[in-house]
Amino acid sequence: MSKLLEVKDLAISFNTYNGEVQAVRGVSFDLNKGETLAIVGESGSGKSVTTSALMGLLPKPQSIIKSGQILFEGKDLVGKSNKEMQKIRGKEISMVFQDPMSALNPTMKVGNQIMEGLIKHQNMNRNDAKKKAIELLDLVGIPNPETRMTQFPHQFSGGMRQRVVVAIALACNPKVLIADEPTTALDVTIQAQILELMKDIQKETESAIVFITHDLGVVANVADRVAVMYAGKIVEVGTVDDIFYNPKHPYTWGLLGSMPTPDSDEDELFAIPGSPPNMLNPPKGDAFAPRNKFALEIDGVMEPPMFKVSDTHYAATWLLHEDAPKIEPPASVKKRMQGIAKTGGNE
Amino acid sequence: MENEKLLEVKNLQKHFKVGRNKVVKAVDGVTFDIYKGETFGLVGESGSGKSTTGRTIIRLYDASGGEVKFNNEDVHGKKSKDELLKFNRNMQMIFQDPSSSLNPRMTVMDIIAEGLDVHKLVKDEKERKERVEELLEVVGLNREHASRFPHEFSGGQRQRIGIARALAVDPEFIIADEPISALDVSIQAQVVNLLKKLQKERGLTYLFIAHDLSMVKYISDRIGVMYLGNMVELADSDELYKNPLHPYTKSLLTAIPLPDPEYERARKRVSYDASLLDTSEEPEFREVSPRHWVRCTTKEFEQYKKQVKNK
Repeated sequence: MSKLLEVKDLAISFNTYNGEVQAVRGVSFDLNKGETLAIVGESGSGKSVTTSALMGLLPKPQSIIKSGQILFEGKDLVGKSNKEMQKIRGKEISMVFQDPMSALNPTMKVGNQIMEGLIKHQNMNRNDAKKKAIELLDLVGIPNPETRMTQFPHQFSGGMRQRVVVAIALACNPKVLIADEPTTALDVTIQAQILELMKDIQKETESAIVFITHDLGVVANVADRVAVMYAGKIVEVGTVDDIFYNPKHPYTWGLLGSMPTPDSDEDELFAIPGSPPNMLNPPKGDAFAPRNKFALEIDGVMEPPMFKVSDTHYAATWLLHEDAPKIEPPASVKKRMQGIAKTGGNE
Repeated sequence: MENEKLLEVKNLQKHFKVGRNKVVKAVDGVTFDIYKGETFGLVGESGSGKSTTGRTIIRLYDASGGEVKFNNEDVHGKKSKDELLKFNRNMQMIFQDPSSSLNPRMTVMDIIAEGLDVHKLVKDEKERKERVEELLEVVGLNREHASRFPHEFSGGQRQRIGIARALAVDPEFIIADEPISALDVSIQAQVVNLLKKLQKERGLTYLFIAHDLSMVKYISDRIGVMYLGNMVELADSDELYKNPLHPYTKSLLTAIPLPDPEYERARKRVSYDASLLDTSEEPEFREVSPRHWVRCTTKEFEQYKKQVKNK
């Protein structure tokens, strides 16, 4: 598999009145053709800031990319001018936003919004663009695409609107599709439809997807690989099976444990105590240590490096150091690691 | 614990007028009981009327029809001030969005103590302060937080303030309208643990409204599924998960993604097709097996009964 996108040691800060907020602190990952990488984490963990950087959509001038590279097909996107980014954005890398209502222009007909990118990037004339737009609406499963073309966003339901956003993102056959919580605002049944749609389209177009979400159920559904982010860093990365069946980082344990399974009967969920750190002055050492009941002394002093678990699986926790005490994940998390299918959930 | 009815909802309707001649039937004839000490989960998509049901029960909306009985007393209809006070004290609500349900200009102390003041539950300033500080500790916050304003707190902490406010007047019954939807996963678990703990300690009864089915299953004793203003199925939560009967419930259950990749690879989604339902007569809410109710026609009723027997 060829590496389509490589992010190396990316660090992004925001200047605020209160000082410098270190939103992203050295994130590295790569993305292969046709695969889906899910980035999970709580709000404030820096997942959306990372993807904004990929799109060149960081607000200027208050944000600064302090270090790092974003290599897209070998070319560095950091430091590209807005004009250069406009050629890439929407064409090579495109994005599906969380809230379809605010992502669409309410005063513009849906058809024109889809055609916009086609005319700009593919030099199509209006007639061809219109044909292609109708095809796209059909592809994302909107009935009567011809009439829908001339309607405005408010005439669409939430799920239908998100389909339009997906259609716009797909218009120019992008190589990378970034989906920033695309289903969070939708109902479960609609969410299932949109996820299926995205997977089908990925099969056809072979685009790579970066999927941002905090819903681990969705991750299990769509992802090939998973990166878990906490306080501006990736703390664990691996294939979807690595993360769900063999998690190593206590934060990942906490995330898994805090979701009840259909057959869980424990009195209490395994909640992560406290709340995420303030990134104005991130804590010394391991940022997760104050909330981690398995924290070691060294966590307060030194940041753990990425330890290798297997060729695909890495985690940043001192627990993996050879001198560390062997700690087993809590029982409720272990139960989840065995999988719902095997413990007999609902059929 | 499940013998005494705390709340009886009978054929509750709430219709909203839209424009001149249009009426939206947000809730169109919902019937259920909530027993003392239990958690009743209400699930459904947006627009199914679950929040409207909750809000109508607590009189935030006037019902268009039907009745709600709380402790055998009618909730709706004309009431004197004293009656209203008594009723409001026993029933409280926790809202979805903790940032818009707390007044940004009031300190946490005043927010929590508002109920105490209205119901004249405290004698003097000192007792008021003590009560509020006690409540803050119950929900896992610090005494010192009392003098702060809502914007100084994180989402999870704000939701705790909302819970403390609901608890202040010592209610019997709390309606929680999507109390965790706006929170992060790890914080959701904290709030759910807190709600469960409080229920155990104070014998509270909850109406828990949510669309996150796995959380509802975890916290609820019984679950009602709503669809387009009607309740389509009602059963004990285990029973509902194991033997869903109504096609809509099935589609809802198979649509939830679970945190297990292998399960996800094998999951087959059943989509809901209303046209497959029997339309020969107006469906009614019937008890298919003990404690398991489904909205169905006579024909479907027989069919479901067979289905249950074969299990």
